[in-house]
Amino acid sequence: MSQPMYLDRLDTPLPDRPWKDVLDSTDKSLKQKEKGPWTALSKEEKIALYRLKFNHTYPEMKRPSHEWKTVIGGMFIVFGITGLVVFWQCHYVYPPQPHTFGEEWQAKQIQRMLDMRINPITGFSAQWDYKNKQWK
Amino acid sequence: MSLAKPAMRGLLGKRLRFHLPIAFALPLVAAAAFKYGVTEPRKQAYANFYKQYDTTAEFNNIREAGVFESVRPTGK
Repeated sequence: MSQPMYLDRLDTPLPDRPWKDVLDSTDKSLKQKEKGPWTALSKEEKIALYRLKFNHTYPEMKRPSHEWKTVIGGMFIVFGITGLVVFWQCHYVYPPQPHTFGEEWQAKQIQRMLDMRINPITGFSAQWDYKNKQWK
Repeated sequence: MSLAKPAMRGLLGKRLRFHLPIAFALPLVAAAAFKYGVTEPRKQAYANFYKQYDTTAEFNNIREAGVFESVRPTGK
């Protein structure tokens, strides 16, 4: 961390050091040629100089990875395991349901709510037809 | 090898000119949609309900259902 590092980062266009530090003889001669007028450089030499200085181009840095497939796949696997755990839990851990969940009790509860005219304008009792004693 | 020079100035202005009208128009549209889609029908529903609401008849109906604690149904 205290040495100059090379980093391919979108927000740091010029890293602390060039990509290739140790240059062989062809690279060294190219670097010498770079000290002269740049119009004398051919297109391949300019690209070679770029590749000496940088590892990835911006489009190469931004290339899409296929990581999302792993993420989604792992997510679904964990969902599946969680589903199994929940199923076991429902069978072995939960206590019996309260008596207020039974069919009869629920029916009496709904009848009492209708008698009390719960939400008679836009809500619950508004859906009940009091004349014909049925849901609208 | 020669690309067009990219835009160097006026980037914020360009973004604001595009986004600010949208930022004002969208909330206005959302508010109008909510007003005419939700609140006006709701007000109408309340008005219609109370137009034909017979308070004593409803009171007696609820009383017969046995829900009140202050008055018993007329049978008892």
